[in-house]
Amino acid sequence: MKKEYAFYPGCSSQLRGSASNYLTSVNSMCQTLEVKMTPIPDWNCCGASIGYAGSGELARHVMNARNFALSEKHLPGQDVVATCAACWLGAKETKQKLDASRALMEDTNEALKEAGLRYEAKTEVRHMVEVLIEDIGYEEIRKHVVKPLEGIKFAGYVGCQTNRPFGIAGESFENPMYLDKLVETVGGEALVKYEQKVACCGGALAFSEPDKSQKQIKEIVEAAYDQGADMIVTPCPLCQANVEIYQAEINRKQGTKLDMPVMYYSQLLAVAYGAAPKQAGLDGHVIQPKKLQDIAVKVVPARK
Amino acid sequence: MSAYQGDFLKEVEARVEEGEWVKMCMQCGVCAGSCPFGPHWEHSPQKIFMMIRAGKREEVLTSDAMWMCTSCYNCVVRCPRKLPITQIMHGLATYAHRLGLAPKMQPTRRFSVTFWSNLTRTGRVNELKLVLQVYFRNGFAAGLKEFWNMRRVGLRLLAAKRMNPFELVFPHRCKDAKGIQRMLAKACEIENRKRGFSQ
Repeated sequence: MKKEYAFYPGCSSQLRGSASNYLTSVNSMCQTLEVKMTPIPDWNCCGASIGYAGSGELARHVMNARNFALSEKHLPGQDVVATCAACWLGAKETKQKLDASRALMEDTNEALKEAGLRYEAKTEVRHMVEVLIEDIGYEEIRKHVVKPLEGIKFAGYVGCQTNRPFGIAGESFENPMYLDKLVETVGGEALVKYEQKVACCGGALAFSEPDKSQKQIKEIVEAAYDQGADMIVTPCPLCQANVEIYQAEINRKQGTKLDMPVMYYSQLLAVAYGAAPKQAGLDGHVIQPKKLQDIAVKVVPARK
Repeated sequence: MSAYQGDFLKEVEARVEEGEWVKMCMQCGVCAGSCPFGPHWEHSPQKIFMMIRAGKREEVLTSDAMWMCTSCYNCVVRCPRKLPITQIMHGLATYAHRLGLAPKMQPTRRFSVTFWSNLTRTGRVNELKLVLQVYFRNGFAAGLKEFWNMRRVGLRLLAAKRMNPFELVFPHRCKDAKGIQRMLAKACEIENRKRGFSQ
């Protein structure tokens, strides 16, 4: 049976956004896995983790509660699924806070009334990775592979916000294994000794504190080289953008020759499921994932 | 405000998000050792918490430490007392900004404010506008220079269809942007009332 979810793509993953190829690959992956993702009508930004100075506390919760309320109204009974780490974290934090405090819930609904909405606290919020691991499962994920990603070494960069403070159930904060498992499930080689797995790329401070953030990014990329990685894979759109895009800046300033592709887990699955380069969003990179492109263009015999 | 002058901890508890947790800090220093921006701040979270209890109001609120938080949540998951340190740091930063005590030119303070005003216009972040707002924050000449430095990155993002000038003219927006703005104004009014801020 087809699984259905209320999709919260988030600002960076919408069309023309900096992670639009994340969305493309998620759609392709979900089609193979028979997962129906219906965008929440008129969803709004979660406020991210950097809007705090302008927002204060309640406004942030109200933004997330609006998405929940819209989801309850238009897509009742479906879990909200976010693909972006910050959207997921922000929404989940709001849900926990509101569920725990009647006063906060009342304040939130008083504000939501101005937009003609009401949050009933019926909705769950989950990350796409949770849907993959918990609702679909590694076995089912493996079943659909037509092009195993043989011969590609991946440094699994989980980063921060998909991992802390909530993380994925059953995984440790210091060494979560699900990303490595996903890589192996689709036939790639997971570099389990990659030491920057849960390091911080600087997040939004890549903008405001570029030098400090680029120091982090350099370490994240160099550690991948140390393990002999062909590419980095991540579940977070901001990690992806920061770690890929600023390599050229680091090279310009420091004379390094960093050239490490940074992919989304969804692109790995999409390619392994036989998606063309464009369907897997491989055309959305500034550092070309050569080895993945080679597999994506390869024609495979029809499945037995 | 003068009623609070002698007791900064009480002020933080009443007016800062998650401020009631500050007194739970046992000064172990795990947060200080877990911060990716550890080499860069003036005071560690642990120090900030002790300074609050010691009544060092001005030093705390003018510190740049809270603005160095990358929201990585490393300190939160490692804190043996389970303090929501990230949220407290954001809360302190927000409070300092509200009082006008935060360092004016602190780049993350400026980015945070820009980010929020960017997204509340339409209900969604306009990434291209945000980039331009950041580059041109110190005037036109400085903006052009920064723009020129980053031109290769920009062109590559355009080629990869991850940035589009179209967003400047017809941006993504929520249909009910007006409703969102009314809702946010109400939230602000409620929070001000409850925390005892004047408008």
